[in-house]
Amino acid sequence: MPCLGKMERMIVSMQDPDMGIKMRNQRLLITVIPHAMTGNDIVEWLIQKYGISEEESLHLGNLIVRHGYIYPLRDPRSLVLRADESPYRFQTPYFWTSTKWPATELDYAIYLAKKNIRKQGELIEHEKDNYNLLHKRINHTWDFVVMQAREQLRAAKQRRKGDRIVIDCQEQAYWLVNRPPPGAPNVLEQGPERRNCHTTRVQLNMDYYKREIEYCRKAMARTRVKSSICLEGYLKFNEQYVPHDPIMSGCLPSNPWITDDTTYWAMNAPTVTTPTKLRVERWGFNFSELLMDPLGRTQLLEFLKKEFSAENLSFWEACEELRYGEQSHINEIVDSIYQQFLAPGATRWVNIDSKTMERTLEGIKTPHRYVMDDAQMHIYMLMKKVGTGRAVRGRSLGLTLRSPRTPTRASSSRSSTGTCWPRPSSLRKPRSGCSPSCASSGTPAPARPCSCPPVTPRPRERRRAGVLQPCPRRRARLCPSTLPAVALKERSHTSPADPTHCSQPLPTPRGSWHPACPMEQTQHRQK
Amino acid sequence: MPWETESKALLKSRKITSFPHSACKMATEGLHENETLASLKNEAESLKGKLEEERAKLHDVELHQVAERVEALGQFVMKTRRTLKGHGNKVLCMDWCKDKRRIVSSSQDGKVIVWDSFTTNKEHAVTMPCTWVMACAYAPSGCAIACGGLDNKCSVYPLTFDKNENMAAKKKSVAMHTNYLSACSFTNSDMQILTASGDGTCALWDVESGQLLQSFHGHGADVLCLDLAPSETGNTFVSGGCDKKAMVWDMRSGQCIQSFETHDSDINSVRYYPSGDAFASGSDDATCRLYDLRADREVAIYSKESIIFGASSVDFSLSGRLLFAGYNDYTINVWDVLKGSRVSILFGHENRVSTLRVSPDGTAFCSGSWDHTLRIWA
Repeated sequence: MPCLGKMERMIVSMQDPDMGIKMRNQRLLITVIPHAMTGNDIVEWLIQKYGISEEESLHLGNLIVRHGYIYPLRDPRSLVLRADESPYRFQTPYFWTSTKWPATELDYAIYLAKKNIRKQGELIEHEKDNYNLLHKRINHTWDFVVMQAREQLRAAKQRRKGDRIVIDCQEQAYWLVNRPPPGAPNVLEQGPERRNCHTTRVQLNMDYYKREIEYCRKAMARTRVKSSICLEGYLKFNEQYVPHDPIMSGCLPSNPWITDDTTYWAMNAPTVTTPTKLRVERWGFNFSELLMDPLGRTQLLEFLKKEFSAENLSFWEACEELRYGEQSHINEIVDSIYQQFLAPGATRWVNIDSKTMERTLEGIKTPHRYVMDDAQMHIYMLMKKVGTGRAVRGRSLGLTLRSPRTPTRASSSRSSTGTCWPRPSSLRKPRSGCSPSCASSGTPAPARPCSCPPVTPRPRERRRAGVLQPCPRRRARLCPSTLPAVALKERSHTSPADPTHCSQPLPTPRGSWHPACPMEQTQHRQK
Repeated sequence: MPWETESKALLKSRKITSFPHSACKMATEGLHENETLASLKNEAESLKGKLEEERAKLHDVELHQVAERVEALGQFVMKTRRTLKGHGNKVLCMDWCKDKRRIVSSSQDGKVIVWDSFTTNKEHAVTMPCTWVMACAYAPSGCAIACGGLDNKCSVYPLTFDKNENMAAKKKSVAMHTNYLSACSFTNSDMQILTASGDGTCALWDVESGQLLQSFHGHGADVLCLDLAPSETGNTFVSGGCDKKAMVWDMRSGQCIQSFETHDSDINSVRYYPSGDAFASGSDDATCRLYDLRADREVAIYSKESIIFGASSVDFSLSGRLLFAGYNDYTINVWDVLKGSRVSILFGHENRVSTLRVSPDGTAFCSGSWDHTLRIWA
């Protein structure tokens, strides 16, 4: 246990004559014990040394005591640190937990025998049980045990009272750590044994080192990016995502875990009719956000349909099904993908460049789950160029512009939003297009937590959504037959009535409990 | 002959420098083999040193320097909002369902429980035939769970709401390792599982048939944790083990792409940064570290002199700004990932924190402990 080594270093520095704890004589009833300190001293020292709070210092001190490195002189039966005038002492290194000599049954038996002999009835419950158990188990050496016990007691009588008390406490603390009473946590417990591999597969033999050498050589050859560039990436990511992080920035109307109000979940359910503004904003961060959000994906599909290139998304989804699907269905799925999307004259032919198509068709002859990877990547990049462009420019994607619901702050106290920091408004940087004033405008707050209130889109934005300026160049890449730009008709809500409730719907036996894509539903129907 | 193997062993450990004449002949034959092994080891070590030099060349700035431009975090308040009691023994692992409120947890006594953590109701329970169930995972669909431990297997249980059906009856044994199962995770679907084991390997399995799809060899000791990459292409995962290494693997080929060895002790937990460009690790050496995959190096260490117990479990908040780490000293420390400082320390558990996961929508995180309880913090 590496923590024991560190704890010991801590203990040693605590006992440093200059910087350590000031030790003095402590009075225990009528006896004076030298080289002792109070619980308060320990806590204070830890606070000073590590710059931590009192709570943390007390917690740390308690752990040190529980591991037996410091023991209490008064009430030695419980290894607890009290931040008061209770006297404590450092455990002798002979009894340190890290000295791995095992606390044998014999030693324990001698200890219990000593206690028993010294004063009848001094053994407490579990000690009595253990004593009887040991008496049965090592009965053959019991005479030796008793003899040793008597010897040690006799030697102890020769010492001064102070020393006797100290030695007793030391021993008691040691056994409290090594034989904890029932109910007390066993600090020595580590869980299942680790480092078992030397008995099974992994061996530090020639093959292992050969592999290491090969790996090093490959690693030397790989390209690396400068730290400054990589680290900038974190800052950018942080800036983008912190407003979306409920723990950092709170969530509107409130964090369900704090207020027990599940409106937030209802509003952000996978298949809600109208997404929140934050959610739409997130789709603009990168294509993956749009694609992985079920609602975003639906929007993407709608958009692609208008561009007459919905087959791309279907193809991508089919490839995902291949990659993550059952091993036994691979041939079937590959065949189906080929028939639908790749075969000459296929109904939903996808436009892949010739090289990739060649490679893929070749690969199909020996189908495996990664055979579509290149083609899938190509189509993914295609969709990304188009999908992200639109989203970032704030255009199209139909529904996203229909004044997505901006939730208002819950009327209860500020803390209910779940912000972990009390944030004075002066510290907050005004976000473009999403200033606090936004929250008050727009759609009304939900009337009841359990319903999904209807959204009244403003007439102006409805018209804006209706006009799409497709780029002819892009269109050509997407669809073999270039069609003239089609002005979008005003969209009506086609999605079914919002099934969201207060609590999340129970998973259905079929599997996905949020219909991700209408296409998926049709596929199921076809089956 | 016993003394032959003994002399070879002594030579390998380089404990003896000279040996009796009678052993000479046997020893010289063995000497060639030992020489090659020793020379290989030396070569490997010198290459590693050169690799470190290469990595260091592009390291022109530290994270906390870059992070000076970022606003500091103020006072932090997070409390236990739910306590889940019901396990009769140490909680070892937990995972969230995609519905953001259900969780599955497993414990030392073999019990695996599915909770609706919002209401704290237990919805399902199954008793495994083994103790120390160290790994459990929720399927992406929410319709099944996987778990395993000292039985060396990973089993998948479909979740049924039929009261009459016994969950254990439909159990599917998927993964078979030669040592304990330390971690498991579904990939993007219910039909594939990735496992890590005490036998030093990771493996990818087909759930339906139980077939091994790919195995990952390279760790020199028990593998204790793994995490799948959130990246768009989703083809890699990272694992950490008792050999102090964190390794990034290509799921297709089974090859190790990158490896990092800067910890001083067992790596108990690894978790990707939300962007997928980096990952954090928690180790028995009482530190958490951040490794950048593009820069191919460690870029931050999260440690404090007063923290001397190992970190058992780490996870990022949704934006990656905060790193929550559960420790063996019963506490949870919250780190500012960018600035490298500790934001807060959370008390509450009465024994080691063994597992910690942030909820899928980032509204809360759940911690499980050896004190038999799970806590939801927000």
